[in-house]
Amino acid sequence: MSLHSEFLGIKSPNPFWLASAPPTDKDYNVRRAFDAGWGGVVWKTLGLDPNIVNVNGPRYGAVWGPDRRLLGMNNIELITDRPLQTNLDEIKLIKKDYPDRAVVVSLMVPCEEDCWKSILPKVDETEADGLELNFGCPHGMSERGMGSAVGQVPDYIEMVTRWVKANTRMPVIVKLTPNITDIRYPARAAFKGGGDAVSLINTVASIVSVNLDTFSPEPSIDGKGSHGGYCGPAVKPIALNLVSQIARDTETKGKKISGIGGVTNWRDAAEFLALGASNVQVCTAVMTYGFGIIDELTSGLSSWMKEKEINSIDEIIGRAIPNVTDWQYLNLNHVTKAEINQDLCIKCGRCYAVCEDTSHQAITNTIAGKRGFEVIDEECVACNMCINVCPVEECITMRPLEPGEIDARTGKIVQKEYANWTTHPNNPSAVKVAE
Amino acid sequence: MSNSILSPGILSSRLKEEEYEKNFSDAYPGYSNYEAQVEADRCYFCYDAPCITACPTEINIPLFIRQISTGMENEAAKTIFNQNILGGMCARVCPTETLCEEACVREASEGKPVKIGRLQRFATDSLMEKDTHPFTRSETLNMKVVVVGSGPAGLSCAHRLALHGYDVDVMESSEKAGGLNEFGIATYKSVDDFAAREVEWLVKIGGITLKVGKQLGVDFSIDELLSSYDAVFIGCGLSDTNKLNFESELSKSTEDAVDFISDLRQVDDFSSMPIGRNIIVIGGGMTAIDAAVQSRLLGAETVTIVYRRGLDAMGASSKERDNATSKGVKIICNAMPIDLQSKEGLSELTLAYSETDPKNGKLRKLDQTFTLQADQIFCAIGQKLSAMETTFKANRGKIEVDDKGRTSIKGIWAGGDCVDLGEDLTVSAVAQGRDAAENIHETLMSKKGDPK
Repeated sequence: MSLHSEFLGIKSPNPFWLASAPPTDKDYNVRRAFDAGWGGVVWKTLGLDPNIVNVNGPRYGAVWGPDRRLLGMNNIELITDRPLQTNLDEIKLIKKDYPDRAVVVSLMVPCEEDCWKSILPKVDETEADGLELNFGCPHGMSERGMGSAVGQVPDYIEMVTRWVKANTRMPVIVKLTPNITDIRYPARAAFKGGGDAVSLINTVASIVSVNLDTFSPEPSIDGKGSHGGYCGPAVKPIALNLVSQIARDTETKGKKISGIGGVTNWRDAAEFLALGASNVQVCTAVMTYGFGIIDELTSGLSSWMKEKEINSIDEIIGRAIPNVTDWQYLNLNHVTKAEINQDLCIKCGRCYAVCEDTSHQAITNTIAGKRGFEVIDEECVACNMCINVCPVEECITMRPLEPGEIDARTGKIVQKEYANWTTHPNNPSAVKVAE
Repeated sequence: MSNSILSPGILSSRLKEEEYEKNFSDAYPGYSNYEAQVEADRCYFCYDAPCITACPTEINIPLFIRQISTGMENEAAKTIFNQNILGGMCARVCPTETLCEEACVREASEGKPVKIGRLQRFATDSLMEKDTHPFTRSETLNMKVVVVGSGPAGLSCAHRLALHGYDVDVMESSEKAGGLNEFGIATYKSVDDFAAREVEWLVKIGGITLKVGKQLGVDFSIDELLSSYDAVFIGCGLSDTNKLNFESELSKSTEDAVDFISDLRQVDDFSSMPIGRNIIVIGGGMTAIDAAVQSRLLGAETVTIVYRRGLDAMGASSKERDNATSKGVKIICNAMPIDLQSKEGLSELTLAYSETDPKNGKLRKLDQTFTLQADQIFCAIGQKLSAMETTFKANRGKIEVDDKGRTSIKGIWAGGDCVDLGEDLTVSAVAQGRDAAENIHETLMSKKGDPK
């Protein structure tokens, strides 16, 4: 069993890369990250000189859960604010000192071929392993026609990718923005332009909060705020969906994807891999806990792989994709009922509140005259909300009815055969089943 | 020269100044904002929450905790005060481990309930610190109600009546209002003169006149009250105590734990409070625990609680018992005092082992005995109603009331420890005072509407 990863020929001892962001901004950080065990880095995005400037007030906003656990974060930081040559020198040194790690350079320059032609040879010089084109940042740089301003126009993606491929020896990863209606179009454009892989998601355009004293969005710069890019655990579901769409799309199926978006622990990483990513990039989790989480990521993933008898990362990639389907193909003959384990129930009544007030009135609040909660099979549509709100894991579960059992709600016998919406009598455009 | 814990006799100044200060500081200091946020996040906002049911004043606990978690501790406090105007004191003295926190579903799931009492204190303290009163009194009704006793029941009743627009006179026999909140609670549970400050804050509703030094049966009679007020509420508590009843004349030489606790509450300088080197406390309730713990805190070398029944039958909660034992108090159960002698300046208490018949709960004295020596013996074997010239229908030595707080005499309501309802808890007294006030209001309003 090995965590070894190969992405477009770029080798790394594990599939965990640090995403292009503040953690990969300079020699000092990257060195410490590699010493901690990270498999690779995508260097903080380089641009043309003169280097950009950042705001001198707060750059990050946050959404907290209980105990101020960081659930989501947004930022208004721009690309690297250091001179180009400083970064290039450090990249070269790092690659020399850590030859077994992946070093990919993120780039963002204006949408003019000459700009790309001028920077690419300098990056080639560093002997880094690959390029990532930042077509994703939704704030600041996008106002200047870069970042997501490119990523939102498939034609631009294709055009710029083509320029880049024509002027570099390196494999090219195109980083996509989620701030678009259908992710398949930019992905197709990236590959059409000759891109070797896509990475996603970049951050989601967001305002995380408004200060109710000053009425300024946060983070607030002298009483004003600007939308930022949202990231962290909160965006993971968005990212998983978008990754899976590219992995399923007939035009991009089988292409390399680097998964990004709220990867916080080994499970998140495994889920991205299962939905078609070949590796993952991490940022917010290290910006919350530091580089040390790499030990949890690697040990967790290997231990799970051992348990599942999975020998290589390749065996995980895309493993869940055959199970991702469209709603219309879901089996309507699969009938389940919620069941409350009375021994585990702590009688908080949250399931009752949600079912009674907002769902299907399918839970009682008394059992034999006493406070207690039980599912009424005649009413339960198996919506799962009771499980979602129950504070006790495994206390409420869904029991699939066996074929032949009667669904107390509909009075119908559960059928063994698979049947979906496409053949359902209520569907006006149902396909007639052949006699 | 100052004394030490080993000095024989009943002496003051057994400890250093800083030891007194430490011993009588706030036992459970208030939460910081951060602690409150973290704890508030633990609440599940249960449906028909068991904690509400378990609270005698039925505070909407999940609501006030949710208000804390959204940074609205003053709104949280209003939710509390709406049901329990003495929510500040109750947050300090309620045996939450047998009330709301015992019922908390997190107690069932992980043995760690949401710290409701401490969250309540966080909310109530923050509002009371603002020094404004959260409620506005209705326009005056030009009707007068008298409340006898300014303990939790009386204050709660008076506040609710004042809120409805009544003018309320509160008669208090001692020179200071507050009742057991002021005189009956362990010092370390109500530091910084909290009880007095709470009364001061409570009467800011307006319409309440506190008349201290006015004793029922001495300064006024029930009949006089009935003729000069539209309604009467009795919340006089239990001002008499039970005494040991064995033959030795010396049994009279024991001291009332209630007096000891009360004296300690009023003392400015703890080092001036004399305490014996060896202490025995007789009894199994909160009073016994409070007297025992505070004896240790004053520098007594050994303190022993003796209780005639088993640990389970003790009125004091397990949390209070644990607190006592952690302070070095020894608890001896199933032992009943049978004789008291004096020997070389020390009292010698002889006890017989006893057992409780599991069938009928009757106590049986066993033959085997033992003897304990002490400089001071505190009795905490229950309180009782003082004799009154007016005869109310009584039940187990207490004034009988119905579920609305009405006594057998028309126009007189009663609540708190002096009545035969519920447990003798501050929070129960508050509920009874409040509910009686509502019934007084209802009764007087319907009477007002009646054609004469």
